[in-house]
Amino acid sequence: MREVAVIGVGCTKFGEKWESSFRNLFVEAGALALEDANISGEQIDEIFVGNMSAGRFVEQEHIGALIADYAGLATNNIPATRVEAACASGGLSFKQAYTAVASGMSDIVVAAGVEKMTDVGTEVTTDVLAAAADREWEGIAGVTFPGLYAMIATDYMHRYGLTREQLAQVAVKNHENGAKNPNAQFQKPITLDTVLNSTLVADPLRLFDCSPVTDGAAAVILAPLDRAREFTDTPIKVLGAGQASSTIALHDRKDISTIDATVAAGNRAFKMAGVERKDIGFVEVHDCFTIAEICAIEDLGFCKKGEAGRLTEEGQTAIGGKIPINPSGGLKACGHPVGATGIKQVYETVKQLRGDAKGRQIDTEIGMTHNVGGTGATVVCHIFGRA
Amino acid sequence: MSVARFWRKQQNRYNLIGTHCTTCGKYFYPPRAFCPDCRRDGKIVEHQFKGTGKVVTYSIIRSSSGNFKLLTPYVLAIIELDEGSRLTSHIICEIDKVYIGMPVKRVFRKLGEEGSSGAIHYGTKFVPA
Amino acid sequence: MVGIISYGAYIPRYRIKVEEIARVWGANGTEISRGLGVYEKALPDMDEDTITISVEAARAAMARRKVDPVEIGAVYVGSESHPYAVKPTAVTVGEAIGATPVMTAADYEFACKAGTAAIQTSMGLVKSGMVTYSVAIGADVAQGEPGDALEYTAAAGGAAMIIGNKDPIAEINHTCSFTTDTPDFWRRENKPYPRHGGRFTGEPAYFKHVVGASKLMLEKMGTKPSDYTYAVFHQPNGKFPVQAASMLGFSMDQIKPGLAVTYLGNTYSGASMVGLSAVLDNAKPGDRIFMTSYGSGSGSDSFDITVTDVINSDLFNRDAAPTVSALLADKKLVDYAVYAKHKGKVVMME
Repeated sequence: MREVAVIGVGCTKFGEKWESSFRNLFVEAGALALEDANISGEQIDEIFVGNMSAGRFVEQEHIGALIADYAGLATNNIPATRVEAACASGGLSFKQAYTAVASGMSDIVVAAGVEKMTDVGTEVTTDVLAAAADREWEGIAGVTFPGLYAMIATDYMHRYGLTREQLAQVAVKNHENGAKNPNAQFQKPITLDTVLNSTLVADPLRLFDCSPVTDGAAAVILAPLDRAREFTDTPIKVLGAGQASSTIALHDRKDISTIDATVAAGNRAFKMAGVERKDIGFVEVHDCFTIAEICAIEDLGFCKKGEAGRLTEEGQTAIGGKIPINPSGGLKACGHPVGATGIKQVYETVKQLRGDAKGRQIDTEIGMTHNVGGTGATVVCHIFGRA
Repeated sequence: MSVARFWRKQQNRYNLIGTHCTTCGKYFYPPRAFCPDCRRDGKIVEHQFKGTGKVVTYSIIRSSSGNFKLLTPYVLAIIELDEGSRLTSHIICEIDKVYIGMPVKRVFRKLGEEGSSGAIHYGTKFVPA
Repeated sequence: MVGIISYGAYIPRYRIKVEEIARVWGANGTEISRGLGVYEKALPDMDEDTITISVEAARAAMARRKVDPVEIGAVYVGSESHPYAVKPTAVTVGEAIGATPVMTAADYEFACKAGTAAIQTSMGLVKSGMVTYSVAIGADVAQGEPGDALEYTAAAGGAAMIIGNKDPIAEINHTCSFTTDTPDFWRRENKPYPRHGGRFTGEPAYFKHVVGASKLMLEKMGTKPSDYTYAVFHQPNGKFPVQAASMLGFSMDQIKPGLAVTYLGNTYSGASMVGLSAVLDNAKPGDRIFMTSYGSGSGSDSFDITVTDVINSDLFNRDAAPTVSALLADKKLVDYAVYAKHKGKVVMME
């Protein structure tokens, strides 16, 4: 396998983008990435795009071809593939792109992610997201996504004594980071009281425990490491990739509070990268709900089970802490356009490792991403380092 | 859910009919046609679950969609059936009464409908035992 | 002899006070309650309807006695609130008690006596040897137009009787009916609520038929009211059955155990059968039960029933399902707004 580097990144501002269509979003992110890599469209060999549900959000399937077409590449006839793994679609799209370059199949590959969520009402959004769970045996029982993670939180709090305040601190910390990210949907710090007094969505989770509904797109460009410096002075090397799956339904997990696919994907990525937990300067984790960040920190092996709440409370997961989590603001503050999130995590990681994360910069050479589909039926992790 | 799709699992939903691997002894509800432990060595037969169990974890859903929109706030739970299998269900009880370990039993309820002129879906939910 | 093999009742938990309904329409609730002899009525949960009530009642009957579902050859459900206009309630019940596919099934509608019509059909099938067991159910989530007199009483609930001739807990000695074309109450196709003839529903309708069928029975059996331990009459309110009993010569003591309407309301097709269930909850071997239903339109079915030793034998476990009084005691009162939501009286967008 060849070594692979990220040579360019682009990301739209995340939020309720009433003026932007599905097509506008990915064209905007793609153009930013090409500009960043200083390449032109004809140089692209292949495109992968992560997208959860354009079929239901904008009634459009066949996303690969659509993207290639509206990126102006139809006449080049390049391969374009849509990748779907619910909220892990972006991370998985990156992994497919990485594999394509590493294998020698393609040289210059775009890994993108896009989701246009606000063209449907909240009720439809709730239903579309619930399709990431088991429709026949969870969906029909009345699950919502906050409800599934709330059941993880109930179990976790009962077993490990996590406090409501510790959980709320995850959101406070992520909003603080988001406030320093110009692409974030919410760029406003919040207090513990804001979270604790917000509306109950699915007990014990409140509105400010939940990531928002977001439109957005992100794109990154990969190249063989030995060609990377043709395009950039600051290539970021892919050190490790790990992907894992687990049961589609939460009720079939052996341990409700442990996302076993996170454990497996994390271990695979670490093994491949040949680095230790202590080498990691920060992690962009999949905090679709505050409890998800708590589980992720532990399941990736940054502390023992039951300790992430205290770690968060002590400020160890903030920028400047022992293991900064979600410098971008995470899904909570930066926003969560489901298919784009995994690529946005790579975007943030590359920005950090290049030293370009103004106002939220962490001084490190290695960073990690963690992208989850459903309640953990798919997890994709990547570890990146300065080349 | 289309009529054929619902009908296909109707017996399972009405009467908690799952499966049982006679090779390893595990019970599956929701039903599985393939034992994850024994794989091709597993012999799968139908099994009628007793319909009693206990709450493993739960949440109170304050905001929902579709057929569950008008039921809020309602208790959603993962239930471990006495035979050892786990499932997700709406528990019909006062929202402040549910707790981890609460014994529950099955009841027959409407699961939803395809609009006011469409098919009605019935099946199993749970109440405190 | 053909008789009741087992029985089960089901009443949803939710109740609304008659006074609360009166409050909404600016009426005097105390007077209305007293006038009707009804104080509370049961209403369904959001996910309950005639099918779920029928299944729960049938399963309660199955819980009380080991009946092989394969031997159930027929399921009949009487109701005027079948969830589907076309597609039988009875097939869902049959499937939910494991009796399908070797069985016959149909839904009945004869206003409040559709349930007892199902008992009669079941008796015929058993007696003729066509089936071993037949399940007869009367259940309703009764409709009453907002503000109409019916709204004070139209309630939700039902009962199931498994009919057979192998060791019944109660033998049905005889049944007879009294039927005419009397337009006292009806609901037209596609209309959400029934209409009725006001005071016309009394003397030429309820009383004529209930008394007519009851007298036929007493004459046929050569019995007098004092020969019976209990009497159950259709109970659209708390007044009519008391008056009918008195016209026929039955005492308050005989009808009180089966008078569930006071805190249940009128469960329409379920009403007489829930009353019979309440009597069976307390009956002893040798007790003789007189029952006459009434269905608008109009007709009455009379039954002469004798409780057997089986009710106290190992073949039957009365405690395996809740009694009518236990079902009535487990309740949650709601206000009119919640009642309106549960009954689908709030107009929603699709």
